[in-house]
Parts: sequence; structure tokens; C-alpha cells
Amino acid sequence: MLWKILRQYLSVHRRELVFVIVLQLVATIAALYLPTLNADIIDNGVVLGDTGYIVRIGLVMLAVSFVQIGATIVAVYFGSRAAMGLGRDLRRSIFTKVAGFSSQEITSFGAPSLITRNTNDVQQVQMVTATGLTLMVMAPIMMVGGIIMALREDVGLSWLVVVAVPILAGSVGFIASRLIPSFRRMQKRIDDVNRVLREQATGIRVLRAFVREPYETERFDEANIELTNVSLTVGRWMAAMFPIVMLVLNLSSVAVLWFGGLRIDAGAMQIGSLTAFLTYLLQILMSVMMATFMLVMIPRASVSADRMGEVLESESTVRMPDEAVTEVHSAGYLDFEHVTFEYPGADYPVLSDVSASARPGRTLAIVGSTGAGKTTLTNLIPRLFDVTSGTIRVDGVDVRDLDPEVLWSKIGFVPQRPYLFTGTVASNLRDGKADATEEEMWAALEIAQARDFVEAMPDALDSPIAQGGTNVSGGQRQRLQIARAVIRRPEIYVFDDSFSALDLATDARLRRALRPVTRESTVVIVAQRVSTIADADQIMVLEDGRVMGIGTHDELLATCPTYVEIVESQAEAKAAS
Amino acid sequence: MSGRTMKETERVEAPQGPGHRFMGGQLGQKAISFGPSLRRLVGHLRPERVKVVFVLVTAVVSVGLAAFGPRVLGWATDIVFAGAIGSNLPSGITREQAIEGARAAGQTQIAELLTGVDFTPGVGIDFRALGLLLLLCVALYVGAALFGYLQGYLLNDVVQGTIYRLRSSVEDKLNRLPLSYFDRQPRGELLSRVTNDIDNISQSLQQTMSQLLTSLLTIVFVVTMMVIISPALALIALITIPVTMVVAGVIMKRSQTQFIAQWRHTGALNGQIEEAFTGHSLVKVFGRQEAVRERFDEENEDLYQASFGAQFLSGLIMPIMQFIGNLNYVIIAVVGGLRVASGTMSLGDVQAFIQYSRQFTQPVTQIASMVNLLQSGVASAERVFELLDEDEEPSENHKDMIGEASRGEVCFEGVSFRYEADRPLIDDLSMTVRPGQMVAIVGPTGAGKTTLVNLIMRFYDLDAGRITLDGVDISTIQKSSLRSQVGMVLQDTWLFKGTIWANIAYGRPGASDEEILEAAKATFVDRFVHSLPDGYETIIDDEGSNISAGEKQLITIARAFLSQPALLILDEATSSVDTRTELLLQHAMSALRSNRTSFVIAHRLSTIRDADLILMMEEGRIVERGTHDELITLGGAYADLYNSQFEGPEVEMGMGAAAAAT
Repeated sequence: MLWKILRQYLSVHRRELVFVIVLQLVATIAALYLPTLNADIIDNGVVLGDTGYIVRIGLVMLAVSFVQIGATIVAVYFGSRAAMGLGRDLRRSIFTKVAGFSSQEITSFGAPSLITRNTNDVQQVQMVTATGLTLMVMAPIMMVGGIIMALREDVGLSWLVVVAVPILAGSVGFIASRLIPSFRRMQKRIDDVNRVLREQATGIRVLRAFVREPYETERFDEANIELTNVSLTVGRWMAAMFPIVMLVLNLSSVAVLWFGGLRIDAGAMQIGSLTAFLTYLLQILMSVMMATFMLVMIPRASVSADRMGEVLESESTVRMPDEAVTEVHSAGYLDFEHVTFEYPGADYPVLSDVSASARPGRTLAIVGSTGAGKTTLTNLIPRLFDVTSGTIRVDGVDVRDLDPEVLWSKIGFVPQRPYLFTGTVASNLRDGKADATEEEMWAALEIAQARDFVEAMPDALDSPIAQGGTNVSGGQRQRLQIARAVIRRPEIYVFDDSFSALDLATDARLRRALRPVTRESTVVIVAQRVSTIADADQIMVLEDGRVMGIGTHDELLATCPTYVEIVESQAEAKAAS
Repeated sequence: MSGRTMKETERVEAPQGPGHRFMGGQLGQKAISFGPSLRRLVGHLRPERVKVVFVLVTAVVSVGLAAFGPRVLGWATDIVFAGAIGSNLPSGITREQAIEGARAAGQTQIAELLTGVDFTPGVGIDFRALGLLLLLCVALYVGAALFGYLQGYLLNDVVQGTIYRLRSSVEDKLNRLPLSYFDRQPRGELLSRVTNDIDNISQSLQQTMSQLLTSLLTIVFVVTMMVIISPALALIALITIPVTMVVAGVIMKRSQTQFIAQWRHTGALNGQIEEAFTGHSLVKVFGRQEAVRERFDEENEDLYQASFGAQFLSGLIMPIMQFIGNLNYVIIAVVGGLRVASGTMSLGDVQAFIQYSRQFTQPVTQIASMVNLLQSGVASAERVFELLDEDEEPSENHKDMIGEASRGEVCFEGVSFRYEADRPLIDDLSMTVRPGQMVAIVGPTGAGKTTLVNLIMRFYDLDAGRITLDGVDISTIQKSSLRSQVGMVLQDTWLFKGTIWANIAYGRPGASDEEILEAAKATFVDRFVHSLPDGYETIIDDEGSNISAGEKQLITIARAFLSQPALLILDEATSSVDTRTELLLQHAMSALRSNRTSFVIAHRLSTIRDADLILMMEEGRIVERGTHDELITLGGAYADLYNSQFEGPEVEMGMGAAAAAT
């Protein structure tokens, strides 16, 4: 997957890549040329005592150094452009892909996991690419070039390269192979320790209420010891790395002197070549080391790449229609026809054979216990999921044939978990209606019973809202998102248990204020409180995804035992009065 | 030296090099007191001081041995060189004759070169001497490696031990902080301190300690060797130190601003992504996808620009350092070459010198970057120290414990409490709750209902008055002892990552399996557990998608059930359980409540009709108190609230005016 992603996303940066390779080649050749020149100084300058030659070659070395740095800087420039460009493009691709997902894919990946894939995983691959474009390009050139140059200096000593390279690569590779799994375990242990701390900080009241401080300290200590042990293992291997590398490098130098000495004594080699050979051998070994480090980084990046690939290659179960219906005649007709929905691979369907109709000016209420399928049913209307079988029609058209923009513009959606976006009160209302005027905003807030507290906020409509709406109370969040739906004046309102955090008086006032605005609209309302839905035109009782009864409050009281049970559980008082 | 290279008040920014993880929490934080915080951090090493001494000794030995290596190799080169020259000259003449001969032949330069070489004409390389020197060299390098490993090993122990203790003391601190600290501190901010900051300290300690130590020692040793070999050449080489420092400093500073921009944009982009993905369905249904994508593209482009700048600038450091190293190399090669040619220096010395000069640009660069990393670590340390310095709850060891079982009689006597000095929340509240009674607290959000029960738990201390349990002032009892008498079900369903079974068992340490099962059955946890594939072994985690909010609440109720408290506090406990489950739950709850004093905060008034005492709260005051019937007769706020829940369409017009007036 890593290669596939790199191939695909680097192809647009082909020009930069060519530059990087050519320039790195130049820079490496320059770097390799320096020891040869130095050997030259010794053999033709120092040994012959020609000071003029020494200075001349010295100037050449200086020039070569300038070429090297110039080429490297430009290579770094293009390398950075390509690697960071890759990151940007990947982020955009994933983001766009996820935006097209249905709630089903979002749920199966999990939003936090998708976020990580879109950020950290991209970062990971971007990092490897950036280092790769410098190291990975340079290391092989350096290695091959170094070997060629070393051979040029003296073929007889080249067996030293053959011996030293595998020893170094082997020992670095061995340590790395120990390190990587330990690193992974260490990251897991860090997560564990942080999780316990997180739980303690968030559950401080509970753990104090249950007097579990000693237990928590013990639990934390276990995690802490585990982490420390893994960190010790990692640290010990790390501690071994540097001395071993240095030892191999240094012993190679010793070997070069000894065996080089033998060859010089035999007259097979010049003294200057000895110094140059030494430098080349060290350069070869350094590049071997860099390449090994690079190879070590790859597995981690490929895990990230695989995770991104999963996202990029999965298809949304909600497919957009090829020939979308954009014109519909009536306004707000909603029909469920034998709607069945099940998650792939699930034993039981979430909804089976649900049929109902809602008309403008009428309210369809849905009640039932937790897990009965109420939320799923409401999510099917704006196609957050698609039905497994059966049909949902809006204004007589199968929602799967409707242009999504048209479909969504008809719906005012208020989900169970209130969620507001970062910005201001006004910007959140504008999410409902992009060109809403201030009057419209206040009107919507008034209906949602939110006017009072928004007015009391320091900046009124321009008061900041934190991500998710966490800086306002649960009840306020619910009312603001009701206002966001109301301001659209949609044809179909969908309230999914949207009044639960309101106290009863506010709940009653809100529903009364909604009445005039929803006169022309279809209202679908999921509720726990019977008082909220008793006056609905139609009440659908769901149990385990099946319709147990459908009718008015009074009809259901007479015919539907499940409904009676629900009513009795909370409205004994009313029955008594 | 790191402490001296920066001013004490210098602004410290967290982001470091490209390889370091981004930690959102510490962005833009200032280390106001770099010196003291660093000293304090170093002070944390004290328990390991014996090991620290060993680390220093092994580091000196290791670096010293390694530093001596090139010098010996230089001598070896000289022997090879001498042998190479000697074998080219006819045997039988002396060294002086050979030099004279060269001079006589007009080769003055060669003659000068020869004066600097210890050769014997006609004699080749002295392999015995060479072998001995090289053996010495091998011994030096092996020794350096061994001691180097030992140093790294010990230092690792020191660092890990220190971090272990630091983490423990932070966790310990969390348990000793008053609750008001948690109220005051934004949760994300606190979490960032206890997780990201400690991770960052750990990383920077691990990376900087060893490298700073060896880099500093290497510079000292290498410079010494260079001065010994050739003071003049050493001077040339030393000039590059300040040059390197300045160049590295300038580039790092510039790349740092880019890094800061990069992390800022990363943070902003992450925020956008998070928002777009968590609010995915709303973005879709409200047709905001296009707008969201545009904003994303803008931020993404900004991030690209910033990260390009950061990557490019930080990528420059290595080649530039290499360049400076190369300049050094060229100068030494030329000047050294000239000196060898003039006979004032041996070839081996030049060879050694080149190796030394190569060895020392690297540690200089490293120190420059380590200082950066250390700054970020110290900035994090400072934030952790701030946490460790927070005021703690006073120790209560001298206070009494409660005898085995409390009867559960609770008295409030003139209780006043406020979170903020100018806003009284509970004012002069008195009441008596007899054992087994049920007190219901109702009223709008923010009326102070939760505060009231928090006071019973002694999560906060009173400003005036006292609360007694069985006639004993609860402020004279150990908190832990008091709390173990109380079972609590809170608004937010806090569970830890673990099995359902473990989460219930949390309620009482040492509860038997039968008791746990009984609690689960009584609170209907058992019912839904059987529909889960892993039953009680199902793991509850953060995302918790496998278990609904209502089910989580049931587990917290089971947990409280298990704790068999004398007092029960239910804080809006049943608000997210559906009505049918709630019905079943109420039966269990009333069983749980029997023989127990209970305080219930609930929205559904049907739950509390049989309460012995109903407290109607508004804006921190108890505006009405009495039984349900009394309060209905009273016709006040409670009666309004109670009636409003039964407003149906038939009464709507009549009630409309009344409701609008409130």
C-alpha cells in the first residue's frame, strides 16, 4: 500500500523528483571527490613537497565544496516541496473521501480513527517521504559511488568493504529489529498510562465517591511499571546502538591501516590512497547506516499507509444517483414503505418491515425502548444510511433517486446528540440558513426558547461556541440546534429525542411555539416522554425494529399493550387525574 | 553550558525538529523560569545520584578512550609513511645522509618533508610497532564501546527511574487535589499536562541527557587532542565553533518559527477534521459540505506552506554543517599539507587532525539542537511542576472514622456555600432527614441541586453551618470514611476501560461474585448483558459504541447498588434510560432505597411523588419544601412545574397565557 500511495501521489511531483535525484547525484559525487583530491594533495603535493600544488588542489576542493552545498540546498528545496505536497494531497483525498461516506462507514471506522488516519497517519508517510527523498536517494548513490572510488584507489583492499558492510548492516539491523517491536509496545504502554490518568481526571468524582484512590493508585502503578520496563528495554538497545556502530567504524579504520600498510610495504599501493580509502570506507559505512535506519522507518509508515488505504479504497454504501431527480411537485410528503435495515453481517435487522406515512401539517411520533431502532429510522430519511430493502419516499420520490441537495434542503434535522460547530451562535444558525438575517435568527431562537439565554450572553449572536457546543449547557445546546433547524423553515422536521435535556416547562413552551411554524410542515418526532408526543397525529410504537402499533394516543391506549406499558411507566399521575 | 547560552526569561517554544511528535498542549507556552525549572528537573535525579556519578565516570572514560584513538591511528600512519619513504631509499645510509642527499640534489622541498619523518633509509614498514599500535587502538575502541554502552545503560536507568517517579507523583497529586481544582482547570488542559507534557519530558530527557553529556565531553577531549597535536591548526579549527553555533542558531530560530506555524496549522486543521467527522451527518444534512471543504482546503494549503518552510529550513542545517566541516577539512588539508611539506608536522598528525575536526563539528551541531529540545522539555516540566505545586486537600489522618454502619440521619444546620465569593449558591439551609427517608430535589438546571449533594459528599467544604451524619459533624470525619457510607450515581456515566464485571465490582472492593451478580440482576444489567456476545466480559471503552448510554447508566447504578451504602445519592441518574427500562429500574431503585436515606435529583416528577421531602430549588435557594401533596396544595413553583408536564393540546390555549407569563 505504501508503494501504491507513493507512486500515485508522487507522480504529480515528477519534476521535483527528477531534480532531487540529479542534484543529490551531483552533491554525492562532489562529496566523494573530496577525499580523492585530498589523496592527490598528499601523493603529488606533500610527498613531492610541491606547495603550489597543495594550494591549487586546495582551491579545487573549496570549489567542489561549494558545488556540493549548492546542489544539496536545491535538492532539499525540491525534496521538501514534493514530500509536503504529498502530505497535502493525501490529506485532501482522505478528507474528501470521508466527506462522501455514509454514517455507516463513519460508524464502522469510528470518527476518532478516521481523524487519526487523516492526520497522524498522513504525517507518518509524509515524514518517511521527506527523509527518504534526502537519505534514501543519497545513501545508495553514496554507497555505489564510495565503492567505485574505493576500488579506484585500491582494488586489493576492497575485500574490507565486503566484510565491514554486512557486519555493520547486520548489527544495526539486529538492534533495529529488537527496537521496533519494543517501540510499538512502548507506545501502547504510554497509551495505557495516559488512559488511566485520563480516566482518573475525568472520573474524579466517582472515584472519590467510591473511595477508590488507593485502588486507582495501584492500577496506575501497574501501568507505570509496565511502561517503565518497556522503556528500559528500548533504552538499553538504544544505548547499545551508538557504541556498536562506532566500534565497527573504528575497527574498520584499524583494519585499513594494517592491511593497507602491508600493501604499501609490498609497493602495491600509495600512501595517499590509504587515507582516501579510509575516508571512502567510512562514507560507505555511514550510508549503509542511513539506509538501515531508513528501512527501519518503513514498516511504521506502511502500517499508516495501509490504514489510509483502507479509507481511500472503501466505497460509501450510500451512492449518489446517476440521474438525480431535482424537481418535485408536492412539499413534505414522507412515506416509509416496508423499510428494512440491517448492518452487514448482523444477526438481526435493526428495522424490519416498517411502514408509515406523514403528511404536511401532521406529526408522526415514534416511541419505543432503547435499541428499538428509532434513531436509525430517522437517519434513513436524509440518507445517512440507505435502506436494506423497502423504500423511503419524499414527495413521492425514492430518496435514493433524489438529488441529495434537494433532499437535504427539505429537511430540518435535530439529532439525538446535540452538536454545534465551532464559531458563534450566528454562524451555527447560518449553517441552517446561509443567508439568514438577524431578525430571522432572533425569531428562530425565540421559537426554540433560546432567545433569553442568547440575549444574556456577553456578545449575544456573536458569542463564541466551542467545538461540539461544549461551552453551553446540554439544554442550551439542544435549543440552539432546534433553532438551527427551525431557521431553515424546512418541509420536514426530524426531531430525534431533541427535548430530553429540557425541563418540562421549557419543553412544553417550546412545543407550543413550534406549532405555528410547523403548521405547513411534516414533523417526525422521536421522544421518551409520553407528554411530548401524546398530542401527535400518529404515534408509531417500535420494539426490536418492528412496528407494534400505530395510531393516536387514545387508539394505542386501547389496542397496543406495549404503548400502555410505556405510558403507565411515566404517566400514572395523568391516568389518576 | 546550556543554561548559560540563554537568558533566563527567554521565550521557549515547544516544537522541535521534524522527528518529534506534535504535542498540542504546550504550544506557545512560555518557560518563565527556565533556570529554576531546569534545576528542579535535575533535582529529580537525586535519588539516583550514585548511578549519576557512575554515568559521569563511564562517560569520561568512554569519550576519553575514543578521543585518543585517532591520535594512535595517526602514529600508525606515520609508521606506514616512514616505512613507505624508507623503503624507497637505498639502505646503508643514515637518515641525515638521505636528507642531505635530497637537499644536494636540489630537492629542497623533499628534504624539508623528510626532516619531519622518522624513517630509516632502506627499511620498510615496522610491522611490529605498527601491530602494537593498532592493537592498542583496538583496545581503546573496544574499551570506549564497552564504557559507552555502560554509560548509556546506566543513564537509561536513571532517566526511566526519574520519569517513573515523576509520573507517580503526578498521579498521587491528582488524588490529593481538591475538587475545586478540577472545576477550575479546563479538562483538556489538565489532561495535556498529565499526559503530553510528561511524555515530552521523558522524550527530551532521554534524548538530551546522553547526547549533551557525550557531545560536551567529546568537544573537550577533541579540542585538547587538537591543541596537543598542533596549536596553530587547532586555532583554525576552533574558529569554526562560533561560526557553526551562530549559523545553526540562526537557521534553527528561523525554522522554529516555521515549525510553530506548522504545528499551529496542524492543530487548526486537526480541529477542522475532527469537527467535520464528528458532526459528519449534520454537515451533510445541512448541505454544508462544500463550505467545509473550502475551509479545509484553505487551512490545508496554509499547513503545506508552513510545513514546507519548516522542512526546508531544518533540512538546510545538515548540509550547511557539512559545508562548514568541509571548509575545515580543506583548510586543514592545505595548511597541514604545507606544514608536512615543510617538515614541521607529520603526515599522521594531519591525518589524526582531519579525523578530529570531523568528529567535532557533529557534537557542536548536536548541542545546538539538544538545547532546543531541552527547552521544550523544561517548558513541559514547568507545567508539570505547576500542577505539583497546587494546594492540596489537608490531611485527615487525625480525624475519626465512622463506626461500622451509619443509620443515615442527615442534618443540615444553617448551611451556606458558594463557589464564587460574590454569588451565594446555598444560603442558610437547615433540614433534617431521618434514616430511610427519601429527599427529592427538583428545580431548573443551575439551581444548585448538584451542589447540595456535593456538600454531603464533602466534595466542597462549607462556608458556614454544618452537616451532620448521625449527629456527628461530617467535617470531623475522614472523607474516605464518610464517602464509603454513600452510594452515588452521577449525571455523567463514568466507567473505566475494562469489563462490565470489573466496572460493577468497582463499587465495593472484595465483593463476592454472587453479590456482583445480584447487583447486576437487581439493576437489570443482567438482562442486556446476556444479549452481548461476550456477556460480562464485554470491554467498555472510550468510544463505547457497543453499549448504549442507557446501558452504561444501568452499570453505574449496579455499581452503586453493590456498594451497599447507608446513604444513596441519585443525580439525574435515570435521564437517559428509556421509559420502559426506567420503570423496571424504579422498582429496583425503590428496593435499593428501602432502609436507606436517599437524595434524588430527577427531571421526571413521577419518580419522586412518594418522596418524604421535596425541595424545590431555584437559583441556589430552596423556594419550597414539603411533600408532594403539600406543595401541590400550595400552588407555587412546584405545582406549576408539575402541571406543565401534563399540558396536552386540549388545555393548550388556556395554559398558554400562564406559561408565557412565567
